[in-house]
Amino acid sequence: MAVLEVKHLKKSFGEKVILNDINFEINAGECLGIVGRSGCGKSTMAKIIARFIPADGGEIFLCGQDITNSKNLKSVYKNIQMIFQLPEDSFDPRRTLGWSIAEPLKNYNFKNIDERIKNLLIEVGLTPDFVEKYPREVSGGQCQRAAIARAISVSPKLLICDEATSALDVKTQAQIIKLLRRLCTEKKIAVLFITHDFEILNEISDKILKL
Amino acid sequence: MNKKLTPYLILAGILICVAIFAEFLTPFNPYEQDLEGALTPPNSVNLLGTDRYGRDVLSRVIMGSQTTLCASLLLLLTISVIGSLIGAICGYSGGKLDKILMRVSDIFLAFPQMVFAVAAAGALGGGLFNATAALALIGWTKYARISRSLALTIRSLPYIDAAKMAGTSSAGILFLHILPNIAGPVLVTAALDIGTIIMELAGLSFLGLGAMPPTAEWGAMMNNGRSMLQTAPWVILAPGFAIFITVAIFNLLGDALRDVLDSKNRN
Repeated sequence: MAVLEVKHLKKSFGEKVILNDINFEINAGECLGIVGRSGCGKSTMAKIIARFIPADGGEIFLCGQDITNSKNLKSVYKNIQMIFQLPEDSFDPRRTLGWSIAEPLKNYNFKNIDERIKNLLIEVGLTPDFVEKYPREVSGGQCQRAAIARAISVSPKLLICDEATSALDVKTQAQIIKLLRRLCTEKKIAVLFITHDFEILNEISDKILKL
Repeated sequence: MNKKLTPYLILAGILICVAIFAEFLTPFNPYEQDLEGALTPPNSVNLLGTDRYGRDVLSRVIMGSQTTLCASLLLLLTISVIGSLIGAICGYSGGKLDKILMRVSDIFLAFPQMVFAVAAAGALGGGLFNATAALALIGWTKYARISRSLALTIRSLPYIDAAKMAGTSSAGILFLHILPNIAGPVLVTAALDIGTIIMELAGLSFLGLGAMPPTAEWGAMMNNGRSMLQTAPWVILAPGFAIFITVAIFNLLGDALRDVLDSKNRN
């Protein structure tokens, strides 16, 4: 069974049709790359799948379950996590990275939270002392690694990466892509990777959807 | 501690300490009348002279700090907390609740603040509590507007989406992420507002709509000394100077706080 199945997805803003009859599916451990020019609806699609904005039509299935109009978003987000374009903006500036990584773990009633955070940080290539650091105190690459640690902390089935490497330098981009690819394969996470960079897309994707 | 902020914090702290320990700092009983010694000019015993009932003006100014500052700070706390909460809820949730509450705030904002406060205090009847309630009725709107605009900006930031995905409830997002992040600008607004509120409360008391006799309150004291400005100016000048000093200190504190928080934000 596909982790994510999108059927006939539609979205318009006023007269302008952004998404028209989009269909695709992603299996566990697979990475679907979505590419397209600016304004073609890549991020809109990510926001619809993440249930931040509603679709005008179509259906979204997560592990066979229709989540298009699901009211219980907490259970949906247990299985869908997202990595954002600007890593520093994806963390509350008043909270340490450790606090932010602990937030989903507490909300989803995980045990041994401190130990888990340490392991997660090591897994994404950071050291445990990053728990005390604020987003402004670390580099963009380190912040994005912390964002990945937070995203995988609840063992999601689907990881949406919305331009997750666009704000990083080339060297850091390569490291983050390597990390995402490893997590995708080892943890059998389905990854929806949105970018406008074909080079990155070819490196990470198992299949590509052009919008 | 920031060098620019420290002196004003110390001065404001001294003022608040004087207000808290006023009972122990007054050289005479501020309510004890001595008609024989009425309107005595400042001298070595009564440093700021006495009023028309022979009460020591310095003691009443010190005791008045308690009434004026406590009422002002309590009022400020009430309107800033309630206003910020309403604004943050409106900004974050949007929808009908936002529209209704913002239209209500528009209605209050349509009236000149002091005129509305005078009308409300007049309708409610005299007394410090009613004067405070009248100012609270209209004062929350400013904080609601500021908080709403800040919450609108914050709610579109990725870390709010990340918090949603972390399973945090709407109330959790409001109290853990939005309110702490709008606290700085609200605090600066509140600090800059203390002076205005002190003057408004004193103004209502001056008009006879605030503290009632014989309560020692700066505005009411100025009202009592109004008719004696030429014959016994110390009766009106002492509380007037106390208002001036207090408002100046809190305004400078607000300015310094704004500068400190602005530079922090820039960094």
